[in-house]
Amino acid sequence: MKDLLNRYGVTLTTIFVALTTFWLAMLVVLPNLYLFENSFRPYLPVAEIGGPKDVYSLNNYLTFFQSPIHISVFVWTILYSSLVTLICFAVAYPMAYYLAKVANRRLLPTLFLLLFVPLWVSEVLRSFAWFIILALKGPLNFLLLGSGLIDAPVRWVTGYRGVMIGLVYTYVLFMLFPLYNAISSLDTNQIEAAEDLGAPWWRIHWRVILPHAKPGIASGSVMVFMLSVGSILVPTLLASTTSRWFTEIIQQWMFESQDWNTGSAYAFLLLILCTVFVSLVMRVFRVSLSDIAK
Amino acid sequence: MSAGVELDNVCADFGTFRAVDNVAVNIQPGEFFSFLGPSGCGKTTILRMISGFISPSQGVIRIGGKDMEGIRPNQRPTALIFQNLALFPLMSIWENIAFGLEVRGVDKAKRRARAEELLRLVDLPDAADKRVSQLSGGQKQRVAIARALAVEPSVMLLDEPLSALDLKLRQHMRAELRAIQKRTQVTFIYITHDQGEALAMSDRVGVMSHGKLQQVAAPQDIYNNPVNGFVASFVGENNILPGEVSGVEQGLARFTTASGTFTARMGPGVQSGTKARLFLRPEHARLATEAGAGNSIAVEITDVAFEGNFITVHARDERGQSYLSEARNDGSSAIPERGDRRHLTFEGAQAVVLTGDISAKDVDE
Repeated sequence: MKDLLNRYGVTLTTIFVALTTFWLAMLVVLPNLYLFENSFRPYLPVAEIGGPKDVYSLNNYLTFFQSPIHISVFVWTILYSSLVTLICFAVAYPMAYYLAKVANRRLLPTLFLLLFVPLWVSEVLRSFAWFIILALKGPLNFLLLGSGLIDAPVRWVTGYRGVMIGLVYTYVLFMLFPLYNAISSLDTNQIEAAEDLGAPWWRIHWRVILPHAKPGIASGSVMVFMLSVGSILVPTLLASTTSRWFTEIIQQWMFESQDWNTGSAYAFLLLILCTVFVSLVMRVFRVSLSDIAK
Repeated sequence: MSAGVELDNVCADFGTFRAVDNVAVNIQPGEFFSFLGPSGCGKTTILRMISGFISPSQGVIRIGGKDMEGIRPNQRPTALIFQNLALFPLMSIWENIAFGLEVRGVDKAKRRARAEELLRLVDLPDAADKRVSQLSGGQKQRVAIARALAVEPSVMLLDEPLSALDLKLRQHMRAELRAIQKRTQVTFIYITHDQGEALAMSDRVGVMSHGKLQQVAAPQDIYNNPVNGFVASFVGENNILPGEVSGVEQGLARFTTASGTFTARMGPGVQSGTKARLFLRPEHARLATEAGAGNSIAVEITDVAFEGNFITVHARDERGQSYLSEARNDGSSAIPERGDRRHLTFEGAQAVVLTGDISAKDVDE
């Protein structure tokens, strides 16, 4: 704070702080508080709001636990988000290792640019692109049929398959960059020392690189997992008849039933349960919050 | 168990830059061999080629008589000690030391026992369960040595491992390294830019400059009989006088310089008429009150440094050429003072005329 004052003077500092406070308060804290408060009130006709029936209760939260279908959608959402996280890790780790330790330094800016370019297109458009690519008579099947790899078109968007492909594609970079940062901070001499002591490549990764990259793996996983769980676009656009995502239920409460109260209760349940799940997983892998903040 | 290392006309090119130029040397089993040279002379590249991280562009490297072409670092009988040691900070000390055994599938109890045995060897008996960050620089050094010894290498490669230590510790670790080498009888190949280190520890020293091996010899030969100007000027202090050989008398050269004509030994390739330099060690340059019959230069004292066991005197002749003379302090001789006039004298047999470039002294990093 003192540094800020010294560097920018009173006027600018006040403006910075005021803007940040405004952003936090008006766009983050207040809306959440509003929803949080609403989640404890019953869904009532406008005339009865503020009337004798408008009392705080946990009924909206209990609705979830009384609905086996919603519970099962929640469980599937968690499971499939975990799977997305795993796949993202499997895809991003070799890439991150390559970028951090193998690739020619001079090629790096180009490689990063190639990775970033897709991000310049809106997420909606990218998901639509996948919708088209994966269509039964879409370009992917056309290519595979043309090259003789398959005899009949594959129905890609079935079960959770389309959602998985879409989520991995959308969030893999959130795994890649923390991993890249973690691996590039490893002293290359340590990799060479392990090799010099006779270690084959897989043991070097297992004993030296992966342990060092653990904070990066943790923060990448938390990001990918939370973003996947909370994603609405991809699960809607690339859904099949048998895939349901928990965010879709929240959306149904809010926009189809117009019941914002139960909707917000579900949203907070999602947040709380995911936080509990993530904390449990972090404990299992012995990662602390301070590791992630690094 | 210990193996020799043979470099057979080895070259290393990076693009158009030749880092190692036709180096040929045969390092004996059990020898303590040092590559000495300024930074950028190619000595680290040699070490990385022996350990297998770089392949030579030309030539053959043999360890224990076996061609190492195509053999990965993890398959070579070498162990490398890195300049920054490269200990694994996430493993305990004993796991660090036992890593090479873990790789070889030795079971945990045996690994632990061997690690403790090695910790006793390097004089750190209680460090097994500590973390790397809990050790001091010198202790980390010993752990790195123990970790390398654990895989029972035939050849140990050391890349300036003492450069990060302070002077006192460095001198202590020199003796320690030498003792460990004698005890284990492993071939040690040591890389350094510190001539004191190389001369004090090695059986033989290879002096390098610009990728070329300038001279390979025992430390005293390197110091007493350098083959060219680079070796003479890089190893130890010298008075250097440029000039020309004007004749040969009784095996000694008559060497004409701007400050006079002197007699001196002739280095390799020096003949009558050769433009060269005369090298005279400060300890062979004596200061006398009377002009000598042989080599003698009238000088004025410019500075005197009393260093306890030594007295170092800086002087200058009338042409502005500066000189350095070093004498043991025997407690009796009078110490000259600044401004005094003296005659600098030396025996012809103790000065040498050599060709070749001289080195800019490598600054201790």
